[in-house]
Amino acid sequence: MSALDDLAVKAGDDDLVGGVPARLVAAPATTAEAAALIAETRDLTVVIRGGGSKIHHGPPPRELDLIIDTRRLAGVVEHAAGDLITVVRAGTPMAELHRLPGQQLALDAPPSATAGGTVAANGSGPRRLRYGTARDLLIGITVVRPDGRITKAGGKVVKNVAGYDLGKLYTGSQGTLGLITECVFRLHPVPLTTSFVRAVAPPTRAADVLAGQFAASALEINAVPGGDPEIAVLLEGTEAGVRDRAGALARLLDGEVTDVAPSWWDTPPWPDGGLGLKLTSVLSAVPTLVAAAVEAGLTIRGSAGTGVLYAGCPGPAGDATRLVSLLRAAATAGGGHAVVLTAPEPVRDGIDMWGHVPGLELMRRVKDQFDPDHRFAPGRFVGGI
Amino acid sequence: MTGIDAIAARLRAELAPDQVITDRQQLRTYECDGLAHYKVVPALVVLPRTPAQVAATVRACAEAQVPFVARGSGTGLSGGALPHADGVLIVTSQLREILSLNPADERAVVQPGVINLHVTHAATGHGYYYAPDPSSQQICSIGGNVAENSGGAHCLKYGFTTNHVTGLQVVTPDGDLVRLGGAAPDTPGYDLLGAFVGSEGTLGVATEVTVRLTRLPETVRTLLAAFRSTDQAGAATSAIIAAGVVPAAIEMMDALSIEAAEAAVHCGYPAGAGAVLIVELDGPAAEVAAQFDEVSRLCDENGAFETRVAADDTERQLIWRGRKSAFAAVGRISPDYIVQDGVIPRTALPEVLRRISAVAGEHGVRVANVFHAGDGNLHPLVLFDDAVPGEAGRAETVSGAILDLCIEYGGSITGEHGVGVDKARYMPRMFSDDDLDTMQLVRCAFDPSGIANPGKVFPTPRLCGERPGRRQGAHPLHETDVAEVF
Repeated sequence: MSALDDLAVKAGDDDLVGGVPARLVAAPATTAEAAALIAETRDLTVVIRGGGSKIHHGPPPRELDLIIDTRRLAGVVEHAAGDLITVVRAGTPMAELHRLPGQQLALDAPPSATAGGTVAANGSGPRRLRYGTARDLLIGITVVRPDGRITKAGGKVVKNVAGYDLGKLYTGSQGTLGLITECVFRLHPVPLTTSFVRAVAPPTRAADVLAGQFAASALEINAVPGGDPEIAVLLEGTEAGVRDRAGALARLLDGEVTDVAPSWWDTPPWPDGGLGLKLTSVLSAVPTLVAAAVEAGLTIRGSAGTGVLYAGCPGPAGDATRLVSLLRAAATAGGGHAVVLTAPEPVRDGIDMWGHVPGLELMRRVKDQFDPDHRFAPGRFVGGI
Repeated sequence: MTGIDAIAARLRAELAPDQVITDRQQLRTYECDGLAHYKVVPALVVLPRTPAQVAATVRACAEAQVPFVARGSGTGLSGGALPHADGVLIVTSQLREILSLNPADERAVVQPGVINLHVTHAATGHGYYYAPDPSSQQICSIGGNVAENSGGAHCLKYGFTTNHVTGLQVVTPDGDLVRLGGAAPDTPGYDLLGAFVGSEGTLGVATEVTVRLTRLPETVRTLLAAFRSTDQAGAATSAIIAAGVVPAAIEMMDALSIEAAEAAVHCGYPAGAGAVLIVELDGPAAEVAAQFDEVSRLCDENGAFETRVAADDTERQLIWRGRKSAFAAVGRISPDYIVQDGVIPRTALPEVLRRISAVAGEHGVRVANVFHAGDGNLHPLVLFDDAVPGEAGRAETVSGAILDLCIEYGGSITGEHGVGVDKARYMPRMFSDDDLDTMQLVRCAFDPSGIANPGKVFPTPRLCGERPGRRQGAHPLHETDVAEVF
């Protein structure tokens, strides 16, 4: 029996990607099974699905025959606590990696999101200020190429410059270069103490936090049309150290020290299927970007410490196309980009969700090398890749 | 006229005559980088002063299908900038301006020939610095750091060059100027920036680098602890990490490297030490104070017979002096030596050190050990005397055996010096044919003719050839003018 016959089942009503129905779904349980499956499906178009938390983000696939579901490809293979690393299968839920004994993968993601999906979608959250993102925490990776070959890059040690750092290339590649089956991550100790400082303050005050000696793990802002802008800072460390810094920071911002995150912390400011954008800029342009979003009637929040924000409409977006143009112009002026993650279908189909990116011609050449028949997530990535 | 002569004539006209070197004696000064036992005289040396001149040089190479090699300060330790005998050496040392420095954005934009430490000097007055600090930071260039993904003593906490470069302007092997990444994070599309950093000049030449500046820590505290053995020092390191402390640096030296450092710089490390640890903590004052007490206690518990704490910057520099001079200092106790660079999981340290010692003993070779203990990056110094027949060969054997140990324990053949020409032959021991083939898919995308630093990193080049594929045009909405491009 072939791997395809063995693994693939007819797709169900929920097996859609951005509204496009799949014909088949297959859930391999090992890298070898996945490789056999992919080698046999050379004439099928494929979308990879993990926990599904971001499966509908971005443009829909041009075609879709087969969904490869990674959730059976799960489990922690190794947790070398003394070396602060873990080897995990791609379908492992992030919740499991957020609570390894005494240590954590310090990468914010919904609990049901998978490790592989978080890498492929380059998911991140508030703590990226201190710990970086998937590109900084991923130290090794196993990928099944579209031609079915199993390949590795990186390794199990943090410091390693042998060969190209392909882990970074796969990070954020949205499943267009192959199937991630295993990831090796750098871990961090669970902090002894954490504390939040919250204040009603404009985003311009974020610069004061960065210029101080607070060593913030996260510096988040939230701005809602017609509401007071807020700043919330996460501090981590020793009990005495955190108390000391939290007190000083609360005085600086005229805010309060609390044990709990605000309700908006690490949550997207849009409803399912609504208009949601990821906006980036240099740090000094964050206040301008926030003002542009709020003025346009959008809620905007995110990491003022790194210049990565999320904007969205709480209700139905009015002239969404115009809003996107406006925010894209603001982000571009701030040295960054505006990516539309999600939008109601008619809006989505009328805009370029990714926007203009530098180096697109080289990206096309990379795609052609890895997936010459363009069958992995066709049309889902930048420039129609 | 040969291809090289034609390129020389063309570049003399496009650049200036004094930027193109063809004199054999002058060419000879570029015959090696920091790994001096590999020597190749380049056919031509070009000293561009602008990114456009780099592009013009590469374009001339591309049109003539002549290989090119980029070189920064020439301090690399894997022969990554070793010239090609029939190729052009592009020296970036004339591109040495800090173009902008913006503390509010935590960014600086620099040309590739800018010296690493100069970025920190420029930023310090604003309360910032450039975190990657390779030991050669007083002379190595940022462009070279990008090519090699350079690390340094403090990358345990702060990461490597790749974690501190957010944008590049590069000249592709076609001679096009392209931007990868930018000043803001998370540029959409493939992370070609991440693939380029550490590609050792095989994907093109960086002509402008946007770096992240890091806030200077409020406090820095440095401790020197002396142990009777490397086993004890290794156990102390494990205990520190297990306690959840992430120091800025944990460095270890063994008895032989201490002896060399004493002979060279009289660093005054405690007498009778079989190993010393240098532990540096930085960050907010209260945080550092608490962690420092813990680190001191853990060193004591694991057998430290003497600990010293730097009271000020001068004392800190004194502690670091022995460590930073260690490579060169070995010259005091041995006429010749090989600097090895390998990585092991940190917990395997005591076992691997014993095995290195056994291999060295078997071949009658002395090995001095200096390493970044926190991240398991070993720098064994394999000592030999080239004047004694057979010694160089034995040293080479031991050096190779150390890399085999690194692979056996799940580590890497290089932690920061790069593969270059020196370790290309070891790549198949760490990676499968398919792994290496996949890396070369990226190479083929950037450099299908293989003219960018050929012979480095990969033991055998991949023939790129034409592959079947649907070429994608612009986004359909761009083509039909529906979507705007900003």
